[in-house]
Amino acid sequence: MPTLETLVKIALLIAGLMTAAAYLVLVERWVAAWIQDRLGPNRVGIPLTKVRLFGLGQPIADGVKFLSKEECTPAYVDRLLYFLAPIIMFVAAMAAFAVVPIGSVLPIDVEIDGTTRPIELVVAPGVDVGTVFVFAAGSIAVFGVLLGGWASNNKYSLLGGLRSGAQLLSYELPLGLGILGVVMVAGSLRLETIITQQAQSGVWNAAIEPLGLLVFFVAGFAESGRLPFDLAEAEQELVGGYHTEYGGIKLLLILVTEFLHMFIASFMIVILFFGGWHLWGLTGSGSEVTWPVAIIRVLVLLGKVLLTILFFMVARWSWPRFRFDQLMTMAWKVLLPLGLVNLLTLAVWVEYGDRVSRAMGLPPLAVMAVCGWIVLIVAWAVLAWALPNTTDNRPRRESAGEL
Amino acid sequence: MQTVVVPIFLLIACAVALCLGLLVLGRLFAPRRPSRVKRMPYESGMDPIHDTRRRFDVQYHLLAIAFLVFDVELLFLYPWAVVARPATSPAAEPLPVGIDAAVSAGIVPSRGLVFAGVMVFIALVALGFVYDWRKGIFRWR
Repeated sequence: MPTLETLVKIALLIAGLMTAAAYLVLVERWVAAWIQDRLGPNRVGIPLTKVRLFGLGQPIADGVKFLSKEECTPAYVDRLLYFLAPIIMFVAAMAAFAVVPIGSVLPIDVEIDGTTRPIELVVAPGVDVGTVFVFAAGSIAVFGVLLGGWASNNKYSLLGGLRSGAQLLSYELPLGLGILGVVMVAGSLRLETIITQQAQSGVWNAAIEPLGLLVFFVAGFAESGRLPFDLAEAEQELVGGYHTEYGGIKLLLILVTEFLHMFIASFMIVILFFGGWHLWGLTGSGSEVTWPVAIIRVLVLLGKVLLTILFFMVARWSWPRFRFDQLMTMAWKVLLPLGLVNLLTLAVWVEYGDRVSRAMGLPPLAVMAVCGWIVLIVAWAVLAWALPNTTDNRPRRESAGEL
Repeated sequence: MQTVVVPIFLLIACAVALCLGLLVLGRLFAPRRPSRVKRMPYESGMDPIHDTRRRFDVQYHLLAIAFLVFDVELLFLYPWAVVARPATSPAAEPLPVGIDAAVSAGIVPSRGLVFAGVMVFIALVALGFVYDWRKGIFRWR
């Protein structure tokens, strides 16, 4: 039964995410201004006074602006799909957060169905397939993008939607490959268990399998469609991509969804590879917590996520956009083989390495970390040697035996 | 089971309600002054040349099929990945778990056989990948 606890958690989650999205837009603009050596939004404060508050009123002003913009529906759109697309995207992105733990547990015991347990800081506790659920929800975004692009009946939208479809499809594979190693080490798809395993061993997965982290990080970046990978809405060539014809609240939903995708990517990177709420010496690793520990765990997790998001933002202003063939080459010819190599390394390790290093009296995780880094360096060197520096993107000639 | 799924659906319902609420708010507050020109498809100010609903060559359909194949193959690896880990120490986990449990229950003969099976599977996936590559599916025109 949906209890009060669940409803409170959902309300807090949605309110928190919407506020975070609004204010991180402001942070992003500050970061942009800082990188480009200009001031950025610093004027909007309390209305009708001269108080500026460093521009902290900007998100609210933006919200009001979105609300008061004209709702213009072009004449030739497929009305049902046109309205459905932003809703699908937003709801799918929100649904992914149902299984993401925001911290560990609170030391309040509640009694449900006769069993007493502490409150877990996740909307749906105990989902054994958490990781798969997050990716399932994430891949529904493809439908929103394709539907929006097609329903708009606009050539920019169609091209943007199709491009985005190809991109999201291609990067889903490395994303799935990258986490297989983590799942193997933790022995579970539950996000809570994956964090607990890292906390108890005290070694984050990033140290053990850097290759998996690399693959997952790049793929996560591409899935969230941030700048080096934002070909779906390349302004210079496609105007707004799939959301060219959207305005007002519908555009707000799409933009918030893009931020939600970035959040989910950051949360997954932190939870799967950087130990979630764990920090050595501060948070402990047990399931019994006191109030200070519970709060510190939440703060540590959110701090790590914020750092990841800041990295996303800095990256956005540091690299130019890829060309489309480069994007596809990256997904299929670089990340996919790297992911397979990572999977093989981890498989062999889990089967034999653990036992062998124990028999030789070495600490297994340290040996594993060394192996992981060696594999990363070797794989990187082989790739750098094998892949050409330039890409031949002349039209395909069926007779020539090029690859 | 039920209690696990209910919160997820509740969250989805709340998100849908939020969307619809925002759209209704937009309906209420936003001005609506449509005109013929405003309702034209946006093509950077030019008159639209023709309808978008015509045949369009989606050049990456082979890529999409390859994605389907590999994604399903990956999904087959997940169950194995969950159970692959051997018991870390007899003290921490007294009962065998995962593949070890299956071995001690006599369902599979040995760990090595499972591992060999998975390796054959990954080899087949890699073979398919190499075939696709040689066929030039990953080459973007």
